[in-house]
Amino acid sequence: MSDIAERVKKIVIEHLGVDSEKVVLGASFIDDLGADSLDTVELVMAFEEEFGVEIPDDAAETILTVGDAVSFLEKNAG
Amino acid sequence: MTWKKILEGQSGARRVTGFESDDLACQIACQIPRDPSVEGAYNPDDWMDPKEQRKVDDFIVYAMAAADQALADANWKPSTYDEQTRSGVLIGSGIGGLQGIEEAANILRDKGPRRISPFFIPGRLINLAGGQVSIRHGLKGPNHAVVTACSTGAHAIGDAARLIAFGDADVMVAGGTESPICRLSLAGFAACRALSTSYNDQPAKASRPYDKDRDGFVMGEGAGVVVLEEYDHAVARGARIYAEVIGYGLSGDAFHITAPSEDGDGAFRCMSAALKRAGVMASDIDYVNAHGTSTMADTIELGAVERLVGNAANRLTMSSTKSSIGHLLGAAGAVEAIFSILAIRDSIVPPTLNLDNPSVETEIDLVAHKAKPMNVDIALSNSFGFGGTNASLVFRKVAA
Repeated sequence: MSDIAERVKKIVIEHLGVDSEKVVLGASFIDDLGADSLDTVELVMAFEEEFGVEIPDDAAETILTVGDAVSFLEKNAG
Repeated sequence: MTWKKILEGQSGARRVTGFESDDLACQIACQIPRDPSVEGAYNPDDWMDPKEQRKVDDFIVYAMAAADQALADANWKPSTYDEQTRSGVLIGSGIGGLQGIEEAANILRDKGPRRISPFFIPGRLINLAGGQVSIRHGLKGPNHAVVTACSTGAHAIGDAARLIAFGDADVMVAGGTESPICRLSLAGFAACRALSTSYNDQPAKASRPYDKDRDGFVMGEGAGVVVLEEYDHAVARGARIYAEVIGYGLSGDAFHITAPSEDGDGAFRCMSAALKRAGVMASDIDYVNAHGTSTMADTIELGAVERLVGNAANRLTMSSTKSSIGHLLGAAGAVEAIFSILAIRDSIVPPTLNLDNPSVETEIDLVAHKAKPMNVDIALSNSFGFGGTNASLVFRKVAA
């Protein structure tokens, strides 16, 4: 995993309290990792904080899986 | 555990830990012991997943802890749709999530609105204590909360009993919870001149109801939750019945935002209403668990109780457990209702600590220093709150 992916994974584990082996790129926050809609809002905030980016609401709505987050941040975090 | 320590005459007051207190007028409080080396220490992880704890203020975790224990003790696990819809919750808090509000206000100022967590609101709302309890235990009946400052816990139990009497539920999980010990609230209550400030070096001496050297209350924290149940429903399932709620009275002072009316009329009317509802005479009361906060208001309450019982004063016993555990604000009435019930169960009345020199003469036994073994058939518990809001509960021993 890339550095960004590792950092994303760490945040997801911390916020959702899930086992690290479950946090794969294809994992959906809601369907696979037990998040609810408020958890996903908080996750996006944590990504913003960690990577120093602003994730607009319309972009946040497309971040449904760990992989979605990693690819958004690889493109936009800098 | 708390009950045992209270009967032993222990005080929970210490210098506050966990935050800077050197610049506060009051630097002491009755904080829940969290150090695992202390007997009976509280570990929040026993009651709520750490991941969930992060989203809520302590008052919600305290309520979860108390409700879990109460429901387990009552052996009530509503599982069918009918059991769930006939079981409700009514847990209040005086202030709710002050710590979280303080922290979020700082985030808003320092980092801006986009950094406010989606869990900020649902983790601070007062009724989310009951909301969380209802979700965990499947309580689909009435879902209510009370906010009446220091009368909250008593009003919650009284109102819940009425919901049962009215037929809205068979079982109510009721009580109060509070986690007020933070800089903001110690500063705020000190500004109201409500807190003890001259015993920072002798915390265990600070809460001294009725004593002439009292100078304000000591803040406490925690939750008290009881399971109330319609009598026949409880009997039918063979539930252990600790006591019966036979009276509940409410009144308002309509006098001042923080001080009780000096003639004690609000307290008197409140207790009288509870006795009327209970159908018992004032002289039938064995024990009063007083509001007794260790402030000037103690003597006003005492005067109201004397007026209530008249020449039966010499047969009455009254004590303030706030001398041991401090003032739990919105949880106080519920916790003290539980102590009243335990006094009935165990035939022993908890002491009023630090009552070295009573500030007034009375024929009522104020149980100075040491617990008093005695039969208690009927106990009355008083709670009075800022805003002039008063509640009294009357409990009776159930014939074995």
